[in-house]
Amino acid sequence: MNLFHVEDIGIRFGGIRAVEGVSFAVKRGEVFSIIGPNGAGKTTIFNLISRIYNPTTGRLFFEGQDITTIAPHRIAGLGIARTFQNIELFPNATLLQNLLIGRHCHAKVGLFAQLAFLPSVARAEVEHRKRAEEVIAFLGLQRHRDSLIANLPYGIRKVVELGRALCTEPKLLLLDEPSSGLNVEETVEMAFWIEDIKKDLGITVIMVEHDMKLVSAVSDRVMALNYGRILAMGTSAEVQSDPEVIRAYIGGEA
Amino acid sequence: MRRLFKTDYMQDINLWRQQGAKFWYGLLVAAVLAIPAFAGEFYIGELAGLFIFAVAGVGLMLLTGYTGLVSLGHAAFLGIGGYTEAILLQRGVPFAVSLPAAAVVTGLAGVAIGLPTLRMSGLYLAIATLAFGSIIGTVLQKWDSLTGGFDGLPVKAPTLLGVDLSGPLGVYYMSFAVLLFVIFLVLNILRSPLGRALVAIRDSEVSAQSMGIHLAYYKTVAFGLSAAITGLAGALFAHYVRHLAPDAFDILLSIQLVTIVFVGGLGSLHGAIFGAMFMRLLPQAIALVRDDLPNWLGRMPGLEPSIFGLILVLCIMFEPMGINGRWRKLKAWFNEFPLHKASAFRRQKSYAKSERLR
Repeated sequence: MNLFHVEDIGIRFGGIRAVEGVSFAVKRGEVFSIIGPNGAGKTTIFNLISRIYNPTTGRLFFEGQDITTIAPHRIAGLGIARTFQNIELFPNATLLQNLLIGRHCHAKVGLFAQLAFLPSVARAEVEHRKRAEEVIAFLGLQRHRDSLIANLPYGIRKVVELGRALCTEPKLLLLDEPSSGLNVEETVEMAFWIEDIKKDLGITVIMVEHDMKLVSAVSDRVMALNYGRILAMGTSAEVQSDPEVIRAYIGGEA
Repeated sequence: MRRLFKTDYMQDINLWRQQGAKFWYGLLVAAVLAIPAFAGEFYIGELAGLFIFAVAGVGLMLLTGYTGLVSLGHAAFLGIGGYTEAILLQRGVPFAVSLPAAAVVTGLAGVAIGLPTLRMSGLYLAIATLAFGSIIGTVLQKWDSLTGGFDGLPVKAPTLLGVDLSGPLGVYYMSFAVLLFVIFLVLNILRSPLGRALVAIRDSEVSAQSMGIHLAYYKTVAFGLSAAITGLAGALFAHYVRHLAPDAFDILLSIQLVTIVFVGGLGSLHGAIFGAMFMRLLPQAIALVRDDLPNWLGRMPGLEPSIFGLILVLCIMFEPMGINGRWRKLKAWFNEFPLHKASAFRRQKSYAKSERLR
């Protein structure tokens, strides 16, 4: 059963075809990785899925619903959360506040109720806090709960961003280079978390990643891109042995 | 050294984080209520002015300090609030209705400027709000039939439940009550999803959006609320000066308001209050020492603006967190007393932000 699929998606920036004719489907409960050299269009696909970019051609479907023209702020409410390649946290807020912002798409209280801070708002806040605490416990972030993000090391921030995405209670999680900037141990830890997110939380993951060790450790299927087009798709081993992919990465006779 | 022991989620939600705070803020409120008993009329008036600027500072802090939108036109909102109050009182509307009405009218004006500037930020927004400010200034001057033009507009005495509030004492208590109210309002905003959404927009629009925050809606709400609070300050200002003149609401007043939030400390309510104190007390301090200064310095024209400018520049260079930053460092020093670390407030180098998507 497909949770998410893309049909013939493409986007052009002026004369540059960043992504062209890409189609793929992601099954419920799998980890789907997108690999490719720099500039292959991996992050662009993420920006298309999270509706930051408008595709020039093609359509996006989530749970059978066409989401090609949905407003970007409604994506989180549908159940699609993402992280960013270079971390886009809210640096002047505490870790806890960052996670609570992740709960925003579940906030159902009215504007004037918030201005008066009615008891219903307080109750909802405690409920959000409980959910945020579950994520804190899941990722082991307890000791940093009240730290400002600006004061946390890079490795922790990466985990916080993952936590913020989990706070939206997504069905589909988009991870943009979860291991970039992490050391070897932190990368291993990240691999365990991705496993847990898939197995324990039952969340489907689409991941853009350069670290092939991480990709082979966690992915069910891999898609390789170059110049905005699909080179190969299959299991991690199949894609890594594909001659087209090898040529794209290390070159060869044209 | 003191560590807070938390046993309940409500501890992070309640207005009072610790019992001590309740006591000290209560003492402060009691002191402010008692001051008129022994202070002279001049000082009561000055303090009322301080409260009014603190209200406006809180309003601008919500927009600039928490949402990250700079406004160089906030004097216009002060003007709209003031004129609305004066005109409504003149038409016989009771004070209990005219004050909230001034806030609502100014809030709508804030929405009106917020909507067309939704896609602007930084310098461009500053220029747009600057233009808005000068348009409103011109309207106040030229719309004779409504605003009295250059002759200005006398402000009728406000009465509440039969009590005349027009004297310095009335304005003092009225402004203090409004200040407490807007602080309460903004504290509520900050501890609810709305406040977190505003901070999220300030820190990273692209990830705020991907967390489900509707940028246009929240920016408009921020403009509206900020303008409404500033409009309340404007209504109080009308009673403070008793005779409105259009040239009071010029660019200099807007810059004074911006100075309040910058020198006070962006992103903190304490900052808005500290900034207002700085803004209102410094001219008095200069006036006090002026006679004792050597003649060439004390009689120098433009001494006051230069000192303001100098402090603003020094503040941006050496203490970007403003007076409130200093205050927090001092508090941390006492809190941690023997174990204070000099590096606790050192600014971390910022990591590369991902390329802006728009």
